[in-house]
Amino acid sequence: MINFQYTRASDVSDAVRQIAADPTAKFIAGGTNLLDLMKEDVEHPTRLIDITRLPLTKVEETATGGLRIGALVPNSDLAWHAAITQRYPVLASAILAGASAQLRNMASTGGNLLQRTRCFYFYDTATPCNKRELGSGCSAIKGINRINAILGTSDACIATHPSDMCVALAVLEARIHVAGPGGERIVPFADFHRLPGETPEQDTNLDANEIVTAVELPAEGFARNYTYLKIRDRLSYAFALVSVAVGLEMDGTTIRQARFALGGVAHKPWRDPSAEAALNGQVASPENFRRAADLALRDAKGFEHNAFKIELARRTIVRALTQASRGTPQSQSNKKIA
Amino acid sequence: MSHDRSIPRRPGDISRREIMQGAIAIGALGYVGADAATSVAIAAEQQSPVGTPITRYIGTAISRIDGDAKVTGGAKYAAEYKVPGLVHTFVVGSTIAKGRIVRIDASEALLVEGVIAVLTHENRPRMADNDKAYKDDAAPEGAPFRPLYDGKIKFNGQPIALVLAEESEVARFAASLVRVEYEDEAHVTDLYRQRDAAFALPEPAKPRGDAAKAFGASDVRHEGEYYVPIEHHNPMEPYASTVTWDGGGKLTIYDKTQGVQNVHRYVCGVFDMKPDDVRILSPYVGGAFGSGLRPQYQVVLAVLAARALERSVRVVLTRQQMYSLGYRPAMIQKIRLGAKTDGTLDAITHDAVTATSQYEDFYRRETTWSGLLYHSANATYAHKLARLDLATSCDMRGPSAATGVYALESAMDELAVALKLDPLELRLRCYSDRAQTEGDVPFSSKNLRECYRQGAEAFGWDKRNPEPRSMRDGSDLVGWGMATGVWEALQMPITVRVVLTANGHAEVASATSDIGTGTYTIMAQVAADMLGLPLGSISVKLGDSTLPQSPLEGGSWIAASVSNGIVTTCKAIREELLRLAKKVPNSPLAKATVDEVALADGRLMSRQDASRAILIADVMRHGAVDRIEMEKSTSFANDGKHAHNTHSALFAEVKVDEQLGVVRVTRVVSAIAAGRILNAKTAHSQIMGGMVWGMGMALHEETLIDHNFGRIMNANIAEYHVPVNADVHDIKVIFVDEQDEIVNPLGVKGLGEIGIVGVPAAIANAIYHATGKRVRDLPITLDKLL
Ligand SMILES: Cc1cc2nc3c(=O)[nH]c(=O)nc-3n(C[C@H](O)[C@H](O)[C@H](O)COP(=O)(O)OP(=O)(O)OC[C@H]3O[C@@H](n4cnc5c(N)ncnc54)[C@H](O)[C@@H]3O)c2cc1C
Ligand code: SF4
Repeated sequence: MINFQYTRASDVSDAVRQIAADPTAKFIAGGTNLLDLMKEDVEHPTRLIDITRLPLTKVEETATGGLRIGALVPNSDLAWHAAITQRYPVLASAILAGASAQLRNMASTGGNLLQRTRCFYFYDTATPCNKRELGSGCSAIKGINRINAILGTSDACIATHPSDMCVALAVLEARIHVAGPGGERIVPFADFHRLPGETPEQDTNLDANEIVTAVELPAEGFARNYTYLKIRDRLSYAFALVSVAVGLEMDGTTIRQARFALGGVAHKPWRDPSAEAALNGQVASPENFRRAADLALRDAKGFEHNAFKIELARRTIVRALTQASRGTPQSQSNKKIA
Repeated sequence: MSHDRSIPRRPGDISRREIMQGAIAIGALGYVGADAATSVAIAAEQQSPVGTPITRYIGTAISRIDGDAKVTGGAKYAAEYKVPGLVHTFVVGSTIAKGRIVRIDASEALLVEGVIAVLTHENRPRMADNDKAYKDDAAPEGAPFRPLYDGKIKFNGQPIALVLAEESEVARFAASLVRVEYEDEAHVTDLYRQRDAAFALPEPAKPRGDAAKAFGASDVRHEGEYYVPIEHHNPMEPYASTVTWDGGGKLTIYDKTQGVQNVHRYVCGVFDMKPDDVRILSPYVGGAFGSGLRPQYQVVLAVLAARALERSVRVVLTRQQMYSLGYRPAMIQKIRLGAKTDGTLDAITHDAVTATSQYEDFYRRETTWSGLLYHSANATYAHKLARLDLATSCDMRGPSAATGVYALESAMDELAVALKLDPLELRLRCYSDRAQTEGDVPFSSKNLRECYRQGAEAFGWDKRNPEPRSMRDGSDLVGWGMATGVWEALQMPITVRVVLTANGHAEVASATSDIGTGTYTIMAQVAADMLGLPLGSISVKLGDSTLPQSPLEGGSWIAASVSNGIVTTCKAIREELLRLAKKVPNSPLAKATVDEVALADGRLMSRQDASRAILIADVMRHGAVDRIEMEKSTSFANDGKHAHNTHSALFAEVKVDEQLGVVRVTRVVSAIAAGRILNAKTAHSQIMGGMVWGMGMALHEETLIDHNFGRIMNANIAEYHVPVNADVHDIKVIFVDEQDEIVNPLGVKGLGEIGIVGVPAAIANAIYHATGKRVRDLPITLDKLL
């Protein structure tokens, strides 16, 4: 762990000014990810800019009937916020499926978006890792890759994005508000995280000098037919091997509009438009679910220890679609799978 | 969760006084408090036979006497002692598995303000240059690891430098600036790759009959290979040593250990110090589970630094660094069972290959449990050891039995399937009343039959449909499995000092440890009963190398050893009191012998006639003594005529999602026969903890090594999985009555290990029953069930 300076940002523009002035600085919010990485010498910012006092802690209605969630709203507050539990229960459910109560108390909305991969090699500076040190190589491809990706991988990196919350945000088609030296911009959720390609050191399309200020949810929350189903190595407090968030608009037993996203399988929450389209206008049936699952996984590629994820993801998609279409979402307290 | 024990319950008996004294009654947990409410007078009236203890506290559910200190932070652990002028440190670990350090460049680290020095093999103070000096009480054959001794790298994460600084943050930062150049050598860390190169160990036990021939001729055969991965202990408290420089080279060392006197001898050996110049203290230990049997490297580093600087020093390992200590060795076990169609065994063969380091031969006897547990005319065992470029493996809770019995009990389940016999019925048909591995002798006591009966009844085993995949709960497949557990009832020579003062207080002391098991509490309970004093009048001292001799706390032997040690010393106290009592004019005990009197309720009294009694205070006043101090050693005669063992019967229910393979262990029952239970509450906790660990062994625990790098990749408790609350459901512990007048005077057998043994197999067998899939390599993660 390196020595670092600590400063506090007084408002958003101050935060942007400070980070732009110091290329080795980083924002710190809840610190639940950043501090771990600093202790392991993976991240070494020489300055931490504490953004926790910025006025980004509100959940507000938007003019278009959606919600605007401040980047510093703690994960636990968000999960229990009445507007979220009632109108966007898939988001509440996904957050509660993640980490532990203590971590959720500390973790922020913005920090959750920007948490880094849990790939074992990324955390261990004794081993090569392209994400940590571009050009050093990817140890996971021929190493222990049980928790790594099966979709959208590259020869440079097969890491996953570990967030649960983000899988729900993908389904909800959230929009990320960011501020930078050039002003503010809005990034569609699908464009926020990226695939590794040749530049795995970049997790997102956020510029180094930008700050996330809010996450905006559109009006549609899929409050009736949704689920978040997370499959992991123990019943709580473990990252997803595979997770699926679903939001359906149903008309009786017919699916009017389907959205589903996968977690634990790719460098970003994974959506497949063709797989979703294949469900639209179809009746909710195991055959149709399986067809959609097959489509979503048609390009999946397994490695030595994670090939099982392909079949696991297929089955998890089918089960999650079943749960959502029946209106029996997965409980996050009762660990029996619905 | 519920709790049962064989002592008759009398919930109405719990008096407020007992609750105040710490005998608890927690309805919600199912504890019934104190049968202790039985007053001393009643106990005396029951006219216990000569020599049998009058028990007021023994056996009851008394809360830990150190509990308050622990939950309020009053109990200090090795890294918590405030010492003036303390030097803080950070350990630098090697990043290769094997080779040599070519160069360590600490120049950048030394430039950091607040850094005092960087200690390496090149500049460290003198330490012993012979293996003997590094041998500790638990050292296996071989050449023990010498921290910072030379530039050779024997395992990844090996400590190679220690940064010394005025603040711990500074030390940690500077540690990241130490540059190391290595010369790499080819390494091997994969047990499967080294399997063929493994060498045979001396025969673990005498084979009997001709197992190979009998197996060939058996009506029904089962043969299976079972794998257990490397597992790490992960105690809550990190390894740490705080060395205080007392001047003139004397050291007081707060260390995390399971044996202060072992560390004492070790430090004296390694640093050629006089015994009086070193004192090891370890009053509280936040779990160790076998990892603290041997002195760990942080104590050597801390002493090296203290001697180099002539200052007090603290070394604390991070959670990640604790994966460079010992571990449960990976093992491959092959079992062959041959049976007659009636379900009696003809042949047992148990072969094991286990892992150790390149420099020491750690192994335990995994294979002989198979020859002990069931009756079979023919049995053979073979054990091979494979050398890997890892630190030396070591004991972990239930060493050899947790693993060996997992393989045997999985194989027995498979045999039951082959025989189309209920697995419990198979165990009964193979039941052995004699220990065939130990010269065909009877057991001092063995109430395993009753464990099977009570466990099966509590679980509802008779409602099991034998057909795999036949029981369901919605989308879940339901499986019921069972297994047997076994451990040794060991005991070791020990010395206990008791000081009784005329004010009615007693101090009982021995250099043992309380690694979280409740040793403080049972020592107080036994002493209170033996001296006839209230529990609150007993103080207990342990965890100090200057106290009377004690063995390591391990192998489940401390409870039996120390409690009987207390009996011995308290008898000497009683003798002395009787000698003085006889001098009292008109003494009512003038003719009594020591075995005819007891201490109860503050009096020395006749066991036959409680009215013939003198107050202890009066005896001491008459004798003009204000304290009686006795220090006695107790050793346990080698009983060649009996085997001493504890047993358990495990029953587990799992629910497995048919499509997704997600396993929930919804119920586990453990019925235990372990002699006299000294404290119903701490005993319950011990067993429950072992059962939860057994669940982890079955489903979660696995140290993942990247064999390309020879490096542990999940060295943290986010990615090394142990069960969390959500994984633990209904756990029931039943203590089956087992009186044992042979094993030792109190009939105590110990409980530390038995709780885990058998649990992994019971769960694996339940998963087979649920899914029809037999997974023979642990942990049973969901991908193996898809
Ligand atoms: C043991 C453990 C288990 C966990 N399990 C799970 C799990 O099961 N599921 C899951 O989803 N998560 C899990 N997490 C991760 C957890 O959700 C994240 O650590 C957390 O969400 C990060 O939020 P934070 O506010 O603490 O971020 P920080 O650690 O403060 O920051 C993380 C990163 O985001 C940047 N950042 C923070 N806020 C902003 C902002 N507003 N604008 C720009 N950059 C910003 C920081 O500079 C930093 O790079 C786990 C974490 C741990 C330690
Ligand atoms: S998968 Fe990505 S994060 Fe993991 S080792 Fe390879 S490059 Fe690094």
